[in-house]
Amino acid sequence: ETCLLFSHKLPETHQLLRQTCRDYADRELMPIAAKLDKEHVFPAKQIHELGAMGVMAMEVPEELGGAGMDYLAYSLAMEEISRGCASTGVVVSVNNSLYIGPILKFGTVEQKKQWIAPFTTGEKVGCFALSEPGNGSDAGAASTLARQEGDQWVLNGTKAWITNSWDASATVVFATTDKKLKHKGISAFLVPMPHPGLSLGKKEDKLGIRASSTANIILEDCRIPLENMLGPRGAGFRIAMQTLDSGRIGIAAQALGIAQAALDCAADYAHKRTAFGAPIGKLQAIQFKLADMAVAVESARLLTWKAAILKDSNKPFIKEAAMAKLAASEAATFCSHQAIQVLGGMGYVTDMPAERHYRDARITEIYEGTSEIQRLVIAGQLLKEYQS
Amino acid sequence: MHSNRYCNRIIVLPFSVLLEIRVKPDNSGVVTDGVKHSMNPFCEIAVEEAVKLKEKKLIKEVVAVSCGPQQSQETIRTALAMGADRGIHVEVAGKDYETLGPLQVSKIMAALAKKEDAQLIILGKQAIDDDCNQTGQMTAALLDWPQGTFASEVSLDGDKVKVVREIDGGLETIKISTPAVLTADLRLNTPRYATLPNIMKAKKKKIANVKPADLGVDLTSRLEVLKVEEPPQRQAGVKVETVEDLVGKLKETGRI
Repeated sequence: ETCLLFSHKLPETHQLLRQTCRDYADRELMPIAAKLDKEHVFPAKQIHELGAMGVMAMEVPEELGGAGMDYLAYSLAMEEISRGCASTGVVVSVNNSLYIGPILKFGTVEQKKQWIAPFTTGEKVGCFALSEPGNGSDAGAASTLARQEGDQWVLNGTKAWITNSWDASATVVFATTDKKLKHKGISAFLVPMPHPGLSLGKKEDKLGIRASSTANIILEDCRIPLENMLGPRGAGFRIAMQTLDSGRIGIAAQALGIAQAALDCAADYAHKRTAFGAPIGKLQAIQFKLADMAVAVESARLLTWKAAILKDSNKPFIKEAAMAKLAASEAATFCSHQAIQVLGGMGYVTDMPAERHYRDARITEIYEGTSEIQRLVIAGQLLKEYQS
Repeated sequence: MHSNRYCNRIIVLPFSVLLEIRVKPDNSGVVTDGVKHSMNPFCEIAVEEAVKLKEKKLIKEVVAVSCGPQQSQETIRTALAMGADRGIHVEVAGKDYETLGPLQVSKIMAALAKKEDAQLIILGKQAIDDDCNQTGQMTAALLDWPQGTFASEVSLDGDKVKVVREIDGGLETIKISTPAVLTADLRLNTPRYATLPNIMKAKKKKIANVKPADLGVDLTSRLEVLKVEEPPQRQAGVKVETVEDLVGKLKETGRI
């Protein structure tokens, strides 16, 4: 697998997959991305089509209806989809990494059949409810409670910032089952949506990724059968962290897509826009920007691929995944910022996609682990390596 | 004469076309080195039609054939990922590839059709880079097979094929016997995106390598390209004040 990095050529299957996703993004997503953003519309038709292609459940084995591919393939698909439409990208990412991911890893055979198989086709999408109004980065302080009553779990609490919430048919929810054990007392649960006792807060009016829905999930005596617990009791925090470690690679790929789209926009404009008697691409100021953007994207991409390859080889990948997410999200904000600068006034209006890339990029430095958390993760892993 | 209910084998010929056209500095042709290729859009439609016929269980096997250098294999893999069963890569490289035209390709297709005992050949109606629109027709002539070109609808009925053709005057419906050659027009179908599981399966499907000489085909071109030029740069227009001025200008420039 590491020999891949030295051969600088992706395996043929991956090349074909990347081209297929790129064609789909160019033809089906790019033309509608601005409209989806403006009208805050969930791309249901496109999610169905992506489901039919196998993109909504890339790691899931074929017997359960998935594509049976590896994380490198997933990263490639995510980048191309997000390059077309960042909102569609996040819907795909949450379904793959945050909803299906933990069930695939920690679920029983029965749970996988019930909670994964229907979510592979694009007909249904899932979501991941960890954050609360009182804690985002501080995930261990989960105040949502779960108490056992006979043959049911009863959930109470509020989850915040849940992507896909208004369009989802199920969620993985994290709640405290044993308060005294602090973060070791958190457990994971599977809850169908809609469900009595589960309601949704208002759809957030976001800066970017507006075609995906984000809202609170409110649990008021929400009752679920005992077999809806995912993984062992008290394993919730561990499940969440491991899920996010992998999800990071998907989000890194989403950020790469946004960064690349911004670079594409700026480079194209540099060829066409003339000023001072020549295309602005002839000016050093513009060239330096484009070069810096290209370096940012390419280095983040290599980090992302490395993290994916390490994960696929069952090698430790936590540090690299955090590095990838950090590098890619900062590349996305950098590139989209510079793209607006290259476009000048045109970058500020909706006639060009640059302003949407700028708005879409910003969240990648925040969700699935803020840039600050990524730095903590990286430093933690790094320092462990230096311990004698 | 085929007595079985099913057509056995379809050969599709997906071409790869250049994504970007630049004339060579010496005006001898267009630059092909390092330029990205992708499957010709009409050929995508042809592959899709073949795969659909197989899904309807009207034919048993779809073989994708491509003529060209190493990178033609990518085009074949795409066809395999869409649902073709196996591929044949006819190796044509270098100078031979530069002069490869419809006549040579038709000879190759005719030879392969006989060798593979195909009942149907489906091609795109024309390649979008050279716009020749000849290969299908020439192949049919070489094989002495009937042809249904510019197809916007194809239906199989035993050993007959009903083809609705898009012609200048509208639509023409013909019925031809197999074996036959069909060329796909724009409205025949909407090609599918390869599904990821099929992309994985494509890896295991076989692509055979064949040389034109093995098929007894001589690639010598009967044509010599004298010159390739870019179209003239579009000139700015001229505004006139009156209709008289307009007529005057048109006469002046020899237009009327």
